[in-house]
Amino acid sequence: MAVETERKRRRWHIAVFLAPAVLVYTAIMILPLFGTLQLSLFTSDGQARVFAGLANFRQLFLDPRWSASFWNALGNNFWFFIIHMLVQNPIGILLAALLSSPRLRFSAFYRTAIFIPTILSFVIVGFTWKLILSPLWGVAPNLLDLVGLKSLFVPWLGKEQYALTTLGLISVWQFIGIPMMLIYAALLSIPDEVIEAAECDGITGMAQFWKIKLPLILPSIGIISVLTFVGNFNAFDLIYSAQGALAGPNYSTDILGTFLYRTFFGFQLQTGDPYMGSTIASMMFFIILAGVCVYLFAIQTRLRRYQF
Amino acid sequence: MKTQALTALLMASSILGSAGMALADTTLTIESWRNDDLSIWQEKLIPAFEAKNPGIKVVFSPSAPTEYNAALNAKLDAGSAGDLITCRPFDASLELYNKGHLADLTGLAGMENFSDVAKSAWTTDDGKASFCVPMASVIHGFIYNKEAFEKLGITPPATEAEFFAALDKIKADGTYVPMAMGTKDLWEAATMGYQNIGPTYWKGEEGRNALIKGEQKLTDAQWVEPFATLAKWKDYLGDGFEAQSYPDSQNLFTLGRAAIYPAGSWEISVFNTQAQFKMGAFPPPVKNAGDTCYISDHNDIGIGLNAKSKNAEAAKTFLSWVASPEFATIYANALPGFFSLNSAAVKMEDPLAQEFVSWREKCKPTIRSTYQILSRGTPNLENETWVESANVINGTSTPEAAAKKLQEGLESWYKPAK
Amino acid sequence: MSKATNSLPRTLAAHAILLLYTLIALAPVVVIVINSFKSRNAIFRTPLAPPTAETFDLIGYQTVLGQGDFLLYFQNSFIVTVGSLFLVLLFGAMAAFALAEYRFKGNTLMGLYLALGIMIPIRLGTVAILQLMVASGLVNTLTALILVYTAQGLPLCIFILSEFMKQVSDDLKDAGRIDGLSEYRIFFRLVLPLVRPAMATVAVFTMIPIWNDLWFPLILAPSESTKTITLGAQLFIGQYVTNWNAVLAALSLAILPVLVLYVIFSRQLIRGITSGAVK
Repeated sequence: MAVETERKRRRWHIAVFLAPAVLVYTAIMILPLFGTLQLSLFTSDGQARVFAGLANFRQLFLDPRWSASFWNALGNNFWFFIIHMLVQNPIGILLAALLSSPRLRFSAFYRTAIFIPTILSFVIVGFTWKLILSPLWGVAPNLLDLVGLKSLFVPWLGKEQYALTTLGLISVWQFIGIPMMLIYAALLSIPDEVIEAAECDGITGMAQFWKIKLPLILPSIGIISVLTFVGNFNAFDLIYSAQGALAGPNYSTDILGTFLYRTFFGFQLQTGDPYMGSTIASMMFFIILAGVCVYLFAIQTRLRRYQF
Repeated sequence: MKTQALTALLMASSILGSAGMALADTTLTIESWRNDDLSIWQEKLIPAFEAKNPGIKVVFSPSAPTEYNAALNAKLDAGSAGDLITCRPFDASLELYNKGHLADLTGLAGMENFSDVAKSAWTTDDGKASFCVPMASVIHGFIYNKEAFEKLGITPPATEAEFFAALDKIKADGTYVPMAMGTKDLWEAATMGYQNIGPTYWKGEEGRNALIKGEQKLTDAQWVEPFATLAKWKDYLGDGFEAQSYPDSQNLFTLGRAAIYPAGSWEISVFNTQAQFKMGAFPPPVKNAGDTCYISDHNDIGIGLNAKSKNAEAAKTFLSWVASPEFATIYANALPGFFSLNSAAVKMEDPLAQEFVSWREKCKPTIRSTYQILSRGTPNLENETWVESANVINGTSTPEAAAKKLQEGLESWYKPAK
Repeated sequence: MSKATNSLPRTLAAHAILLLYTLIALAPVVVIVINSFKSRNAIFRTPLAPPTAETFDLIGYQTVLGQGDFLLYFQNSFIVTVGSLFLVLLFGAMAAFALAEYRFKGNTLMGLYLALGIMIPIRLGTVAILQLMVASGLVNTLTALILVYTAQGLPLCIFILSEFMKQVSDDLKDAGRIDGLSEYRIFFRLVLPLVRPAMATVAVFTMIPIWNDLWFPLILAPSESTKTITLGAQLFIGQYVTNWNAVLAALSLAILPVLVLYVIFSRQLIRGITSGAVK
């Protein structure tokens, strides 16, 4: 009996803990979003909305124009993601590891300074870098000139082969604070006893990081990887504010977010097409869902967690 | 259900807030993308209107041009848009009218002040209903640095050969960048380039209508040639023009570093305040001396009435005032380069604006080729033209390939009426 | 013993790397700010030089401050950000605790459901959200923004916090239960203080997109009295796009408040991180 009531009481707690979040989230986010996503199964016959089944998806993948745009955006998006995984996260971990070393002077200053780009809005970041890389203003060429490398200056944002990578690096510049902070928090929560025990065994310096700390922060690295994935496949604002909705030159910086925006809301003379827009949004949703599921079921469950 | 309950809750909480609103003046809100014009509306236009119409207050509420269409559509769909809607020309506004967002203004007092041509950008295909009051058109051409031309002994070129000779001369001298234009923002290449010089080749309205009727194709010589000419511009643009944005180009010219600026007349007011040298203007050069010249005189901006406006009567009073010669005079002089579409002659003070408008006498005007009907489908011809014009100037595509791509995109959805 | 691990060359190398990266992080911002104090010609002629007596010019700030009520915009942004942040952290931590602590039917499913929100941009729901706000009369109120940002911030907050809450020792919670503490007390008294570092981190992550958002202020609350500072700054940038004095001043004005707020807040943040760490 006692166990029975105990269990019942606990169940009420679960509901109370979950209710506020679930209510607000469902009413203001999930219902509107699914209202939009279901549009992908409809189309317009000029006046009314008619059910179209999977016709929109067929058009997206089989129409040569639509599918070319889609694969181009998806490919670019993967490259954008790879840049973040290869540049942002390793540097973020390195900075966090350096910052967390005990008795490091000025660490508060470094931490604050390195995080500053992360707090700036896309409008500011996009505009600032456009100005800095502008061939007219010449900050970038002048800087290169100082080190005698002026010949290396290229109008990066205007060249098909460089523009996307440049934007990826700008995005890394902006967001590096996030992995840094998360890993920093994780490193700090490693108990001193663990470190001391390692030092007693003669494991110090780099070896200590690789053998002791890294395994302990793996769950956090998992989180930043999946957050990077989700963030990159939802990214839109930076490219939109730096390159515009047409993601020039020649769609070379077009990612799923800009492709979606252009289709859904329209651009200049192009009127928005909520039906095809929702179709693209659904595809983005499936791609991200797949990625998150891989993380939740294949990676997260296998990670060893240590409770301190 | 949940949504309804929540709605009720939210409503209850907001009644308290809104109860304080008094029923005093009628306030009209104008939706616009012209955030550049904010001070002109606040300081000149709105006071002039309010002085004559006590009891009506007007608020000019612009958003950034890039977000205007998306934000406006969302607000119209949800019913929270302002009373007055600034109209983009042609299909974008026609779409709003067809969806029932814009009211029919055919019988509005003051509409008789506009010719059919002026109204064409905001009229249904059958010509029966008009839904926006025309405000202004813009003219394309080239603005040049007079001091640079005098120093190098160049006179404004009239033919294409003279044009390139002038560019060569400026380039050889080396003091100035011959031409200030970039391809980063794409639309500069299409609007200041292709649509600026194009009408000379496709003979303005003649070619544009033939294209709509399906009698000409974008791969025909007269539509490819402007691309071929644009491709030659590459050598005369500034270093790193591929990453040069529109404001970069404007600054390059107004700082006195460039000699020629492929322009739209809307630049005049900005340039007047920023350039410290004398400027002149010349129309797009013709192929051979004595040929008829064509200019792009494009209906660009109008203003309409939100069909769901609760203040429709006051809004109509305002629109009739916009249609009046009084408004035309204030507007055209406050914003030299935005030319009134009003039939009443408007006296303009600005010499550069006078120069532009004088071309209407000797050249045949047309509107931008992609704006009417041809950009209704996907892929969108206007957007594609931006991308391809930039590609041609960047040298990453040939004129023929660009034209072919545009024609194929157009053909994929557009079937001209037989 | 730990002295041995901090040999001089190692420390120097650490400082060198951190200093280099700090430079990379700050230089662009510094370039913008110093140029905002210069005259137009100086901006273009010597972009990298600090303003001198000759080139010092406040014309950009005069242009920008002459229009719009930046103080009011700032206040709006502040109310919206703090309000949403509070709700996100409270509701989010509660839900994350439920997910991390209790085994119940559909736990994983609920976790996935609550994570859906980070997979679709909320912008897509704009029209439905706007309709909801119009129906409830909340258009052009800060409440509308707070509600939307709360919904937008919850998924990420729950996602991160539940991961951290799983790392809180079971022994501690069970000890609390044996002492007769209710589940609410266990959550508020025992668990919340232990996850403070994670809470502080989530707070920063949640705050940034809210403060910087442009879209919802534009759609839901564009009126003069509810404009946020990001929207205000963006309008200025659009309005003076060729006037670099004004653009740079507007950019600096948009950067500075966030910067001040962050510098104040980062102390709390770091204190939270360090005091929360189990030592």
